[in-house]
Amino acid sequence: MLLSSDDPFLARPNSLHSCARQRLQKEERISFTLIEMARSLAGFLVLLLVISICEAASLFQPISDSHRSAALELFTSDHGSFKSLEETYEALRTFQILGIEKKPDVTAAACRSISETVGSSSTPKDLFYALKANSIAQCKIHEKASEGIISSLNAAVSGASLLLDFYYSIGGLVLIKDQSSKADIHLADAEGVFRSVKAFSQSDGRWRYSSNNPESSAFAAGIALETLAGIVSLASSELDQSLISTLKNDISKLFDSIEKYDDGTLYFDDKLVDGHEYQGPLSTTSSVLRGLTAFAAATTGNINLPGDKILGLAKFFLGIGVPGDAKDFFYQVDALACLESNRVSAPLILSLSSAVLSLNKKDSLKVRVTTVLGSNAPPLTVKLVGAFTSGSKDASLVESQELKFDHGSGLHILNDLPKSIDVGSYTFVFEVVLQEPEDEKVYVTGSQTKVPIFVTGIIKIENSEITILDSDLGSVESQSKLDLAAKNAVSLSANHLQKLRLSFQLITPRGRAFKPHQAFLKLRHESKVEHIFVVGNSGKQFEIVLNFLGLVEKFFYLSGKYDMELTVGDAAMENSLLVAIGHLELDLPEAPEKAPRPPPQPVDPYSRYGPKAEITHIFRAPEKRPPQELSLAFLGLTILPLLGFLIGLLRLGVNMKNFPTKPVPATFAVLFHVGIGAVLLLYVFFWLKLDLFQTLKAVGFLGVFLVFVGHRTLSHLAAASAKLKSA
Amino acid sequence: MAREKSSKDNAKALFHSLRSAYAATPVNLKIIDLYVGFAVFTALIQVVYMASVGSFPFNSFLSGVLSCVGTAVLAVCLRIQVNKENKEFKDLPPERAFADFVLCNLVLHLVIMNFLG
Repeated sequence: MLLSSDDPFLARPNSLHSCARQRLQKEERISFTLIEMARSLAGFLVLLLVISICEAASLFQPISDSHRSAALELFTSDHGSFKSLEETYEALRTFQILGIEKKPDVTAAACRSISETVGSSSTPKDLFYALKANSIAQCKIHEKASEGIISSLNAAVSGASLLLDFYYSIGGLVLIKDQSSKADIHLADAEGVFRSVKAFSQSDGRWRYSSNNPESSAFAAGIALETLAGIVSLASSELDQSLISTLKNDISKLFDSIEKYDDGTLYFDDKLVDGHEYQGPLSTTSSVLRGLTAFAAATTGNINLPGDKILGLAKFFLGIGVPGDAKDFFYQVDALACLESNRVSAPLILSLSSAVLSLNKKDSLKVRVTTVLGSNAPPLTVKLVGAFTSGSKDASLVESQELKFDHGSGLHILNDLPKSIDVGSYTFVFEVVLQEPEDEKVYVTGSQTKVPIFVTGIIKIENSEITILDSDLGSVESQSKLDLAAKNAVSLSANHLQKLRLSFQLITPRGRAFKPHQAFLKLRHESKVEHIFVVGNSGKQFEIVLNFLGLVEKFFYLSGKYDMELTVGDAAMENSLLVAIGHLELDLPEAPEKAPRPPPQPVDPYSRYGPKAEITHIFRAPEKRPPQELSLAFLGLTILPLLGFLIGLLRLGVNMKNFPTKPVPATFAVLFHVGIGAVLLLYVFFWLKLDLFQTLKAVGFLGVFLVFVGHRTLSHLAAASAKLKSA
Repeated sequence: MAREKSSKDNAKALFHSLRSAYAATPVNLKIIDLYVGFAVFTALIQVVYMASVGSFPFNSFLSGVLSCVGTAVLAVCLRIQVNKENKEFKDLPPERAFADFVLCNLVLHLVIMNFLG
């Protein structure tokens, strides 16, 4: 498993929980298991107990300040007002639960929208949310307005046919009863309303939304429970107690359909029939919890629900962490508020500030037990009942012991980790015992809490040395001790007939042998070709022997200087190292023709795609011109024939006798010669500076003129010579 | 020896007869012949120049030489047309031939000037 030229990834500890991770580490613990097999009966019983509860260890944190800051970010308002009354209510409720101070513009905007809604005739749904928001914002509602609300809600109750109609109208009546001074709110025919809501229930504990729609959901069950709780609180004296007790059976049936994740969290979910109506496990579970707690608060008598179901639901909500959506945030926080103070049982959560402990820094184990919203728990003791290496089902490594409670910080502390706890990954099992017996009815703690703990420490590296041995005889050629904590500059030389041996020992802080995740030796040639070898071990001793005779081909017959680097790394090792050992001058024989070439090294992308060298443009060298004097000489020579021509003309006796004497023909003749001269002059200008088109234009004009004049002259001459001939 | 002497004498006699025959040509034809000789000579001098310094601006060389050769050719055409002994062009007035000569020369020189560069 040769890696790329990047350095091996040095693992970091993480405190996530999963069964799978434990299974992977099982192989490492096989040798350990064989030793543990010979334990006593008590250990065997603990083993059985561990197998029976097939739950993964997981860590849950109660609500903290990170939730508060996230809430402020998620619930943003436009100058204090939200898009709808529902959102206003959700924001106000979230701030109330988390203890965030209300901003005045939010309250003012809420009051404005509430008074708008209650003043005008609105639907029961709007009234419901307005009143809900008002229960937190506490704005005053007019007497007349509240009277109007009561009458419209009463009318809505009598005219309701769907579950949601009942929900909004009854819920509104309950709220207005608390908020208005008029305490007299009479629900007409409470029993009839109760029965009509109950008619929506099904035998499996779920409820339908309407009598027409056969689809049922747990979300509707939560709504129904809230509605029925509202009816009970409005008119409890009028209702038959048997009706209420049948409801308790329905609740038990509903809780039978609860679903479970591997880490022990419980939730409600509906079948995904219609995507539009589907609510999702978070809102469904939240709705059920709301309904349950409202019902428990409205009725007397016990609702028998096993405490671990409540605890499982609490873990479900806490396991989400900080949701990123405002609605999800509201569902989570609202459900946790229901769990915090309810008549069934309030769950207590065991959490750790840090699940990673360092042996060398002498970290102590600090455990906190709080309610889900982070408030203080009643007096209790925390016991560490067992510690197991992750993934193994062997007996506990520690005895059952109590953690010391520190009143100042509210933490349960175990100061020194037992000697049997070495570096590595463990599962610690805690038990929470309430000190006051009455608290057992109010709070639920769960039987045993399993928490993943990761212990790190500084691993000692001892007896590290590097040796060059003769291959055949085994005699030591050169040997040097290494200090692997610091950079070394050992300089060795070897040829292909020798062996290289590197050895060292790794010892944990508790003095045991340690096997890290990574122990590699890397040799890098000066041409950047790398070879990586895994360093094997037997117990404490780590040793690697490189026999160069067998490695000649693997090294591509490259002789030269090799840099040596050792990497030792592990998640539990605080001093993981990547250290340069030194150089090795390796002398290998010549490569034969068919030897494999070393793989091409990756080209530095910046050199391939970066700017290239600048090109200086080489222009064509201008032609060699002749010396100017020669050119001028020949220019003179060219004139000579012209002179010769003129002299010859004179010798022939050229005369101008035929030139017309009469004025008119004379002018034409003159013009003719002038015209020819003009054309020739135009040609000179054409050569000097004019372009062809200008010249052609001029030639056109001159040509026409010349033709006319020439015609006149030449015809005159022709007539004259014809006259002479005839004469 | 006698044959050599006779060939030399023959050449001399030929030359003399040519010369005297030529003297009989009309003057205007002689002018045209002189013009042709002038043009050819100019062309020859240009060729010698090119041979000595190389043909670098080849277009210039061509235009120079062709202008001389072209005008010589046109002059020869004029001579043919003007020569009274030439029966073919009996009806063509010599002025007309001269006008053609001038026109063709002007066109030739326009082209030459364009090509001169």
